[in-house]
Amino acid sequence: MKVRVDEDKCCGAGQCVLLAPEVFDQREDDGIVILLDAEPPEHVHATVREAAAVCPAAAIELSEGA
Amino acid sequence: MSHAEVERVLHYPMTPDAPLEPPAEWAKLRQECPVARVTLPSGDEATLLTRYEDVKQVLADPRFTRQLTADDAARISDSDTGVFSSEMASVIPDSGEGHLRWRRLVGRWFTAKRMAALRPGIEAMAEQLIDDMVERGQPADLKASLGFPLPVYVICDLLGVPAADRDRFAYWSDTLLNLTRYTQADMDAALGEFVQYMAAHVAAKRAEPGEDLLSELAKSADEGGLTDAELIATGMGLLVAGHETTANMIGKMISMLLADRSRWERLLADPSLVRPAVEEALRFDANSGFGLPRYIPEEAEVAGTVLPRGTTVVCSMAAANRDESVFDGADEMDLGRSPNPHLAFGSGAHSCMGQALARTELQVVLEVLLRKLPTLDLAVPAQELRRVDGLVVGGLSEVPVRW
Ligand code: HEM
Ligand code: SF4
Repeated sequence: MKVRVDEDKCCGAGQCVLLAPEVFDQREDDGIVILLDAEPPEHVHATVREAAAVCPAAAIELSEGA
Repeated sequence: MSHAEVERVLHYPMTPDAPLEPPAEWAKLRQECPVARVTLPSGDEATLLTRYEDVKQVLADPRFTRQLTADDAARISDSDTGVFSSEMASVIPDSGEGHLRWRRLVGRWFTAKRMAALRPGIEAMAEQLIDDMVERGQPADLKASLGFPLPVYVICDLLGVPAADRDRFAYWSDTLLNLTRYTQADMDAALGEFVQYMAAHVAAKRAEPGEDLLSELAKSADEGGLTDAELIATGMGLLVAGHETTANMIGKMISMLLADRSRWERLLADPSLVRPAVEEALRFDANSGFGLPRYIPEEAEVAGTVLPRGTTVVCSMAAANRDESVFDGADEMDLGRSPNPHLAFGSGAHSCMGQALARTELQVVLEVLLRKLPTLDLAVPAQELRRVDGLVVGGLSEVPVRW
């Protein structure tokens, strides 16, 4: 799984960090998403998918496969 | 719904048969008339959206503005909506660059990490409020004892307001939002006192910054941060946005979970369901209020229907959250539902800035209640709960409980 985030779309709601802190963080100065792991391990895929689904700004894009 | 009925203009908001149930019209509208003409309480006409995809699309589309002051925008009701249209609130920018700047400055205080840091404090406040409620004896009103004060206390903490002044804040918020009935004179007096208090508070924080949000925003004023007026408006804006909404949601969440006590039992047996249960309560809430109005200054298309310029659109997130095409068994409350991309906090650039905080408060309330009062139950049949008549934010006027 490959993860991409769109900082311009992100509204800093922090949903992704609550769900998958191994993969997402937020910048200290404005709360915008930081991608910690663009190719996260298998065991967090489910929570990363959930984060992408619930992100209010649709700022998380996943490409599955491999 | 026959064709003739669809042609007839519907009145919005619609009234449901039972306090926790959605109005029957929603399902029909989603299926047969996703872009519906409705009449608002003011008598003006608007376009109601009830499908998930349409609501989400419009909320994320900046062409649909929040400029409801335009000459040809529909008015929601005849009376002024109070604090929402007051000058103080309008200091917080509504759109564009100004909104982005405000949102990014204030938004840094609403990150998931900060929420984790706030959690123990919120837990202590919830425990104290529940202990006080138990001491006063049963039955009790969970809304007045816990739902109403907790969010104010949390916002006070955020603003660096000392605990001794919390109850004054609660009174001001109650009066400004007119949660209980107040006269115009009471409201004016409360606004005056609030602004005076906040002005002194902001000055004190500028002189001697603490660890709170206001101190942080005041410090950065030289670097293009916020002016005094903006700081006061931010304090007020957070109360307006975060008090009534969260207070009502606490009451509705607990009511929904107790209305069918097997839900409560399931949580007692498996407290790891607290997080998804909070999301499901937000999705399932059929009484979330008016929804979000938007105004389009240009022509636009939704679900294949062309909306002429000057249309006022009302997005019903609560109706969208019951859309069968997105949520399997949408009319069932499924405490383990995951993922749960509900729209209770809106969507897109304006989606609720306080959502991480609201979630934390709701999770903490539920955890602490399950732990301290496992025998909690409604003290009246769920059918007898009464909705508040407030127009903007939906809620229950009281949540009588025993334990
Ligand atoms: C369960 C409780 C809550 C619900 C259901 C809720 C819902 C919403 C919704 C639907 C919006 C979008 C408004 C729009 O698009 O025009 C919003 C915006 C907002 N909310 Fe909340 N909210 C809640 C709690 C809070 C809390 C606790 C705070 C902060 C203390 C907060 C602060 C805000 C702010 C500042 C905005 C404006 C964001 C902007 O304009 O960019 N909310 N809320
Ligand atoms: S959930 Fe989406 S909007 Fe929120 S911080 Fe993460 S990427 Fe940004």
